[in-house]
Amino acid sequence: MVQLTLPQNSKVQTGKTWPKPEGATNVKKFKIYRYDPEAEGNPRWDTFFVDTDKCGPMVLDILIHIKNTIDPTLTFRRSCREGICGSCAMNIGGRNTIACTKGWDEIAGSTIAIAPLPHMPVVKDLVPDLTNFYAQHAYVQPFLKTDTPMPEKEWRQSPEDRDELDGLYECILCACCSTSCPSYWWNGDKYLGPAALLQAYRWLIDSRDESTGERLDSLEDPFKLYRCHTIMNCAQVCPKGLNPAKAIGEIKKMLVERVV
Amino acid sequence: MSQNSIKTPLGSVRGLGSAKEGAGHFIKQRVTAIALIVLVPLALISLMGAVQGGYEGAVAYVSNPIFAVVLLLFTGTAFYHMRLGLQVVIEDYIAKHGTRAVLLMLNTFVSIALFATAAYCIVRVGLSN
Repeated sequence: MVQLTLPQNSKVQTGKTWPKPEGATNVKKFKIYRYDPEAEGNPRWDTFFVDTDKCGPMVLDILIHIKNTIDPTLTFRRSCREGICGSCAMNIGGRNTIACTKGWDEIAGSTIAIAPLPHMPVVKDLVPDLTNFYAQHAYVQPFLKTDTPMPEKEWRQSPEDRDELDGLYECILCACCSTSCPSYWWNGDKYLGPAALLQAYRWLIDSRDESTGERLDSLEDPFKLYRCHTIMNCAQVCPKGLNPAKAIGEIKKMLVERVV
Repeated sequence: MSQNSIKTPLGSVRGLGSAKEGAGHFIKQRVTAIALIVLVPLALISLMGAVQGGYEGAVAYVSNPIFAVVLLLFTGTAFYHMRLGLQVVIEDYIAKHGTRAVLLMLNTFVSIALFATAAYCIVRVGLSN
């Protein structure tokens, strides 16, 4: 059976409640998942109170503020702080997104819970281990594959063919989609997941690519591709507004087209 | 793979490679679904007519070759569609390979047994007078 509950040593317990900031007028409460692999014990929910007048509008600003002024051991990934690197993907208010483009005032409720991406091994605090996710990306060979000798100049593509790649090439590999997918939770070791499959489709329909058939061969598999049951969580959470479920549907259509 | 295996992540993801199978299942599931759009109302109409005249009426109904064939097509398609759907559910939720293989086999056996039983009943009642 698939694992429907957390294993005993992963159950999240109540952690520390940090003191409220003094003299603050606007205070927001945050519940943040903490896990230290070097310390004994289970993960825990720590409670922080943040003076929102002293930090920026995004959830990432809150996290940086906490790290700078309350608890320097709080661990999370971040880099570009403008939604292009995908590093700060996490589960905020019950939904996967990237912390740098999510305003904390967009999230309903008096307490905002922040946890690492669901169903991934946790390295520390909000940092998940995405090794498998990246390997799945490598599996789809996300690069141009051709047998025709390299042209003297560039590989040419009509503007219409280039337009086909819109809504696909923008993926930043943040892993919000794959880790929001129940099919990926249950069979993530074999199912490639929405992010990798979106990339697969991006190369399948690239007019310059000459390996479409081989690419389809490598995807036609009950587990690698057909675990997608159009649950659509991927499209709901994508912080770039992409639709991996549609791309997967298109791959399935291509596979039918090969037979029928 | 053993717990202590040091396999590269890409090696693990590639695993045994692509089964190069799945499009057939996908097509069959949809073709049977389309067939059922027609067969379910037809079968329901036949059955509602059949049950009205008691046992004698039912026998008379099923003796009509058209209704008998509709019922045979309906049960065959429905059980095949069920088998395909349950296969997906088993693959989704049963992670252990051995258990999964046994359940997939049982799924096939039970579906065929159900159809055989239904078909026998239809033929028996249809040919009883």
